[in-house]
Amino acid sequence: MFAVYKRELRAYFTTAVGYVFLAIIVALSAVAFSVTTLLSASNDVSTYFTVLLFILMVALPVLTMKLFAEERKMRTEQLLLTAPVSIGGIVAAKFFAAFTVFFGANLLCSLAYVTLFIYSDPEAGIIAGNIIAITLVGAAFIAVGIFVSALTENQLAAAIGTFGILLAMLGIGLIASKIPWYPVRYVLGWFSILTRYNNFTNGFFDFAALLYYASVCFIFLFLTCRVYERRRYGA
Amino acid sequence: MLKVENLVKKYGSATALDGISFSVEAGEVVGFLGPNGAGKSTTMNIITGFISSNVGKVWIDGVEILENPTEAKKKIGYLPEQPPLYPEMTVGEYLNFVYELRACTLPRKAHLAEVMAATRITDVKDRVIRNLSKGYKQRVGISAALIGNPPLIILDEPTIGLDPKQIIEVRSLIRELGKKHTVILSTHILSEAQAVCDRMIIIDHGHIVADGKADEINQFIRDNRRYKATICAPQTEALALIKKLPGVVYCEALAERDGDATAFLIESERGIDVRKALFYALAERNYPLLGLEALGASLEDVFLSIIAKEGD
Repeated sequence: MFAVYKRELRAYFTTAVGYVFLAIIVALSAVAFSVTTLLSASNDVSTYFTVLLFILMVALPVLTMKLFAEERKMRTEQLLLTAPVSIGGIVAAKFFAAFTVFFGANLLCSLAYVTLFIYSDPEAGIIAGNIIAITLVGAAFIAVGIFVSALTENQLAAAIGTFGILLAMLGIGLIASKIPWYPVRYVLGWFSILTRYNNFTNGFFDFAALLYYASVCFIFLFLTCRVYERRRYGA
Repeated sequence: MLKVENLVKKYGSATALDGISFSVEAGEVVGFLGPNGAGKSTTMNIITGFISSNVGKVWIDGVEILENPTEAKKKIGYLPEQPPLYPEMTVGEYLNFVYELRACTLPRKAHLAEVMAATRITDVKDRVIRNLSKGYKQRVGISAALIGNPPLIILDEPTIGLDPKQIIEVRSLIRELGKKHTVILSTHILSEAQAVCDRMIIIDHGHIVADGKADEINQFIRDNRRYKATICAPQTEALALIKKLPGVVYCEALAERDGDATAFLIESERGIDVRKALFYALAERNYPLLGLEALGASLEDVFLSIIAKEGD
């Protein structure tokens, strides 16, 4: 399992994918940060984190698209699946490889807060809470991306599909809040990635949300394993 | 070493395997023969745990592949039809990856050096796989299958797409492997199985149609003899003459011409050598025989003769 993790991590940086991802995240988040805080002379980071969420929606599919799609296309999945490693181990290894790169990008972006602390006195708690929250949301996005990547051998389809699902999850959350009937609103609200995020931007540490993002991760990674199990028995 | 019991695999309504059973003893080199689409790759993919059968069991060294996949997979080195290589890695990196993936415990440096020496790829150790020739890629795939010294090596069409020199190299490599490992190799080329295997299992439409020592299978092939004869003679007269010979079951004029000579395809009955009779008959009429060539049996011929024998 560790071998797969190591290989994926190396592959990110022997191909262009890792650099492109880092470049997109760092450049866009820097612009967003400058506009929302520095240029508007504010130390309120809530707008910045909402924008960052949208940047991740576009950038993370780039990171996850190849994870399974490429293995399938190159037939290298035959090596992995006939090696003495469980499917769960392979899925977890790939998840953590993508997560590591994302986490690195997250840390790079976090350097921006240093400027806030130099020029003003922001609430450290809110910033820390947001960093944790964005990490969790990113992990959930990666899990969705891995699941979609396992469904196809076309990387572009995987990226667009992932983006589509993330967009739909966001959209359902927005629609849900407008539905007057509570049970429907409740059920649809489950899909909403954004509403749970708000508590963090408001400075509350929300354990329920933490659990929610962890379950989204788990469910999509579990579904990825099921895709492979099913493929083994089916076609 | 390997026991396969009643494998059935269906893809929708199509049946790929229909009750395949066989066992392989330690140290055997077994050729798994069949035309394309017979179910060779499906069988190998089931044995290696890549796909699952609908019915049936596979034991590798006593370990069932679905009950204890991790243990069973440790005992198999597998080269799929298309070698599973990561093009952006160097050969050394790739083999190191496979070493770690298979959780190999043998001393790393010495073992990898040994594996690379066995497949003669030491000189391309630092090259990126993408840039290697097909023959080298195939050998990198074989060396990956050898990592961890698994007792059972399974090679799916190992010589497909190689040039004649590479084919000879890979075949001699397989013979080398057969001294230390149990080897199963699938192929649709009869001569390849004849060249390297002790035993052949012939499969067609998801059934095993023959299973025996290579010599026994060769007997099938020797029984059915086909020749190409080049004869200087008017076509119709020669045809009539040849067809009248005792033991000739079939004769046709081929499109091939050599000056005023015509090529004929002659098929004789099993167990009867028509060559002498042919020579004397032609000599009697003063028809010069310019060439007589025994045509090698193809896999299709083996099928035909096996099916014919079963019908007897």
